[in-house]
Amino acid sequence: MSAILECNSLTKKYASLTALNNINLSLERGRIIGLLGPNGSGKTTLIKLINGLLVPTSGTLKIAGNLPGTATKKVVSYLPEKTYLPDWMKVSETIDFFKDFYEDFDEKKAYEMLDRLHLDPQKRMKTLSKGTKEKVQLILVMSRKADLYCLDEPIGGVDPAARDYILNTIISNYNENATVLISTHLIADIENVLDEVVFIKEGSLMLHASVDDIRTKEGKSIDTLFREVFKC
Amino acid sequence: MQWELNSDRPVYVQLIEQIQAGIISGYYKPGDKLPSVRDLAAEATVNPNTMQKALSELERTGLIYTNRTSGRYITSDEVMIKKLKGQSAKDQIMEFLDKMKLLGFNSEEIIALIKEIMNNTE
Repeated sequence: MSAILECNSLTKKYASLTALNNINLSLERGRIIGLLGPNGSGKTTLIKLINGLLVPTSGTLKIAGNLPGTATKKVVSYLPEKTYLPDWMKVSETIDFFKDFYEDFDEKKAYEMLDRLHLDPQKRMKTLSKGTKEKVQLILVMSRKADLYCLDEPIGGVDPAARDYILNTIISNYNENATVLISTHLIADIENVLDEVVFIKEGSLMLHASVDDIRTKEGKSIDTLFREVFKC
Repeated sequence: MQWELNSDRPVYVQLIEQIQAGIISGYYKPGDKLPSVRDLAAEATVNPNTMQKALSELERTGLIYTNRTSGRYITSDEVMIKKLKGQSAKDQIMEFLDKMKLLGFNSEEIIALIKEIMNNTE
């Protein structure tokens, strides 16, 4: 099966800073992949490039064979690190908003998830705590039937119980055509659900391997390996 | 089932061990139908691909079989389960013996000690 994401010599520079340096990366469909690296290593830059919010300085990036654009936005569901939902909207209105935007949005699924997390659809966004806002945003993003989910720090702000529910949501939404790319620092919390990990360091790709291979070869967890590789 | 996974060994290996333990302990009975891959994965909070890999491996060894139309089942072959139980007991004893040897006990001492402790607890 063809790759869902293909990067060839992908480079992104901000003035004098090279955020991503000559990345060659190919991600298969049907995987849950951790995008891991220390602060400022280029994780968010990569995710923004995938979503067409940034354009490469050189090299190419293709999603299901297409350059980022209208066609790819239909198949990529993106959770940014910051929420962009208007404060004055009710939760139910954000659902309508997503329904208008995306053909693949499943309203029923969104309401089911709200219900499971005991979130009231009639509340306004501005009355919600930071973690609750993040949950709403994640529900919206996961209620799409996309081919590639890009989750930038999806579990950072939520409590451990909700974290488990969110991981379960990711697992149970899994289908063999879709890939989930998760950027996070909370490696220990998610490593049991990952198929593969991608390590980036100072804009360069350091490692792309399967979690089980790493554990077999190194005899240690991804969390431990990360701490060793990126020791300060 | 209660799943306990540590993070320094491959997940699928641990899943295999835990399902085997479930069969030995009788949590899964001979001929029982297993939940779907997706449900098992959600229960253990692991990736469905990984659960699939573990189940395929168990299938290869014959402990689990697939009925093409109705899902996966635990083997009804009680001899095989008994064998697995025997193997598991042996593994536990070997591990115990290794630890006792590290503590400096020889075989006779270990046996004497086991007898003494078992007599005292009865």
